[in-house]
Amino acid sequence: MPTPHPSPLLEMVAIDKRFPGVYALRGVDLRLEAGEVLALLGENGAGKSTLIKVLGGAHAPDSGDVFIDGEHAALDSPLAAQQAGIAVIYQEFNLVPALTVRENLFLGRESTTGGFVKTQEEHELARKIFERIGVPVDPEAICRRLSIAQQQIVEIAKALSQDARIIVMDEPSSTLTPQEVEHLFTVIKDLQSQGIGIIYITHRLDEVFTIADRVTVLRDGAHIDTRPIGGVSREELIEMMVGRQIDNEFPTRRTRIGEPRLRVDGIGRGHVVRDVSFDLHRGEILGMTGLVGAGRTEVARILFGADRLDRGCVRLDGKTLLLKSPRDAIRAGICLLTEDRKSQGLVLAHSVRENFALPNLKSYARSGFVDHHKERSSFARHVESLGIKIPHHEQPAKNLSGGNQQKVVLAKWLERNAEVVILDEPTRGIDVGSKYEIYLLINELAAQGKSILLISSEFPEILGMCDRVLVMHEGCVTGEITDVPSATQERIMALAIG
Amino acid sequence: MKRRLNKNLLRLVTEQGPLLMLGILCVCFSIMTREPQAETGKPAATALAERVIAAVPSPATALVLAFEGDKEVAFGEALVESLEANGFTVLQVVHGGPPALREAIEAAESSAKPDAIVSSGKVATLPFIESFETTFPKLADTELFAPQSGYRSNFLKASNLVNLLNQIAIFAILAIGMTFVIITGGIDLSVGSLVAFSAVLCTVVIRDFMGGEEAGTGGMLVGCVVAILGCGVAGAFSGAMVTFFRIPPFIVTLSMMLVASGLAYIMAGGGTITQVPDTFILFASGKMIPGVPNAVVLTAVLYVAAHILMTRTVLGRYIYAVGGNAEAARLSGVPVRRVLLLVYTLCGLLAGLGGVIYASQFNAASARFGEQYELTVIAAVVVGGTSLFGGEGKILGTLVGSLLLAVIFNGMNLLGIGSYWQKVALGLVILGAALLDMSKKR
Repeated sequence: MPTPHPSPLLEMVAIDKRFPGVYALRGVDLRLEAGEVLALLGENGAGKSTLIKVLGGAHAPDSGDVFIDGEHAALDSPLAAQQAGIAVIYQEFNLVPALTVRENLFLGRESTTGGFVKTQEEHELARKIFERIGVPVDPEAICRRLSIAQQQIVEIAKALSQDARIIVMDEPSSTLTPQEVEHLFTVIKDLQSQGIGIIYITHRLDEVFTIADRVTVLRDGAHIDTRPIGGVSREELIEMMVGRQIDNEFPTRRTRIGEPRLRVDGIGRGHVVRDVSFDLHRGEILGMTGLVGAGRTEVARILFGADRLDRGCVRLDGKTLLLKSPRDAIRAGICLLTEDRKSQGLVLAHSVRENFALPNLKSYARSGFVDHHKERSSFARHVESLGIKIPHHEQPAKNLSGGNQQKVVLAKWLERNAEVVILDEPTRGIDVGSKYEIYLLINELAAQGKSILLISSEFPEILGMCDRVLVMHEGCVTGEITDVPSATQERIMALAIG
Repeated sequence: MKRRLNKNLLRLVTEQGPLLMLGILCVCFSIMTREPQAETGKPAATALAERVIAAVPSPATALVLAFEGDKEVAFGEALVESLEANGFTVLQVVHGGPPALREAIEAAESSAKPDAIVSSGKVATLPFIESFETTFPKLADTELFAPQSGYRSNFLKASNLVNLLNQIAIFAILAIGMTFVIITGGIDLSVGSLVAFSAVLCTVVIRDFMGGEEAGTGGMLVGCVVAILGCGVAGAFSGAMVTFFRIPPFIVTLSMMLVASGLAYIMAGGGTITQVPDTFILFASGKMIPGVPNAVVLTAVLYVAAHILMTRTVLGRYIYAVGGNAEAARLSGVPVRRVLLLVYTLCGLLAGLGGVIYASQFNAASARFGEQYELTVIAAVVVGGTSLFGGEGKILGTLVGSLLLAVIFNGMNLLGIGSYWQKVALGLVILGAALLDMSKKR
């Protein structure tokens, strides 16, 4: 086994990982020195999460090796990773909200005498760790009561208490205020000076230039390049992240855009949606994109009545809509294909027929009684026209593939014959073949004169499908692209980063 | 081939488990409660007459002996009819106790000397009939006929089966509402207390406002309606707490259970209310259909209605959808809150109905009525295959579950097994049903 000289703190070599239908990591290499901050960049779905899960022992790679200080490390469980000195701080914190900071720090590793926890000793240890980080947190505070930033500090403290020498932070800044981010950077620099290596994942390029020493870019599960931060420009980074050719994964269509139908005027909800305005025309496919957490799904939920708006108004064909529930929106002719079809789009344990019929029952019913014959024949029609592959209509929805599930959800809204169709990540987790069929369907809907709002994180999809594109960042629309054919993914990325 | 058979058998056991268990128990109890029984009534008479006609050449004379009572009279009448139609002369039909019967035989001994003496099954067990030839030597030419006494099951007796259904009626009605609630993913612990609340409220209204023992049908109806609506309001209140304040159903209905029970005790003043007309009992125990108490008929009607509701109507589908995935249902335009509110209200109304039936069956009410019914009712629903996680379950399953529990209690009573063992059996049955349910999911 060749040992690299001088041995870096961490070296991942040719990591390969496949999931059913997805080639998540294709021979990825990664190298981290002690006392270094390495930024890990990539689009949504580029493989960053999978890579750090391999490092954290949550996923076993199909092939490839990990070396720590030049020694081969078998990271086959989270515990093994922890013992190897690796700590991963996920976006969703691993803290028990009801326990105190001290209890969380030593959870599962309590120091005891005869079954009793040595509280005083733990308290002292905890205090020392917070001293080392330079942030005063009361070890006896209940975690639930701490701010997000404080909880993050607790996570870092937990990593240090486990003697971690490699700390991975997955988008640590996404939920912090600018001041808190600044503070986090001071903590990181401090850790760095103690010889700890940090892998920092983010979407915000500004941060990369502030904090990182080197940057590694992933795309489509492959390692694109690793550069010292001084030797790369912002534009180069964006190009590396999105630099993928658009071939014809998208069907062509002829657009006939009509009059504006849905007019959204200055809507807002808390901090997640701020002053969003746009028009949606007849026969138009309007794209809406941005990075995760930009507020796209929240806009969709407001338009569908799933969440209330605090400010602004929504008009359809000149009439102001009062959207108190999805029921109101559906009645007005708006439908939403949700981002998460398993928890929001389908009743998984029920049959596909029942799922299909749910929003349409009233139209099959006479004085409250469902006409089963009508229901079955109309479902059969959609099964055929959409090419839904199911052995029989009573198949529970959970047994279907992602593509077929999505078609069932689409079918139920097609049957509603809604005028405004909002599609939130309609092709997420769906294989290429089904994707194309869904694109064809979207085009057909537009050709019928429906108005379509297509929300997607995949820039190629947005550019390949839409007539016009809105880009969101932190709850605001930061840009509109009207000349889609000549637009580039780099341009979208620049707007999405804010 | 054999493996496929095994597989099919396994599927039958897991999918129709409760029904299968019910069948097996019915068969077991039918066999275990068999006892020698004297035949009586019309069918026994007809069979017996055929034997007499075949054995004794007509024209002939006959003396018919039977005890008193409906069945014995019917036996006598049917026998006379068949015998006379075949050329017999019935000298006398005697209904009476052993002394009267003995007297009649002695009279015949000294005068008419009939060709045949025909006795009912019960009479045939009297000592002087069993030793007929030695007791009445002068009647050597007279042949004695009695129905053959057969083994019959106490469990399968029509009267026992009707009794069984009558006893389960209240549980079964409560179980309908509970099934709705559990399918939406909730639970209602207050139904037992609502039974007491309803029974007491109903009788208090009749006593205090409708003239007490002098109340007319209208007055009694008012009492019933007030009680049922009162429970409906209680159910609606629970539903509102669950939907609008998002308090877990377990907590809400636990509170309602205490509130309703407390109110029932307060209204009843700790005692039993008996100041209702004697005719009040007819509401539940009257027999508008001959032989079947009204409570049983009402239960059957409610099950048919509930089954149709859950399988054929939009509301039924909404109830399943809310329980299966409330968020997906809401985003499909299902009025989730309205559905939940309605379901808890229905459960309350049905509990109210149960209480009224209870009061009517006893012609009285006490705040102790319905104690711990909620547990038995939940057991019936779960045994019937409804998932406590919501979204799955069938009304007919609940019916099977209710019947299963009724059969267990009834059968064990007939076998003289005490109520402590019945508790043990109930616990094991619930566990067994849950095991079957899990194996179905796997």
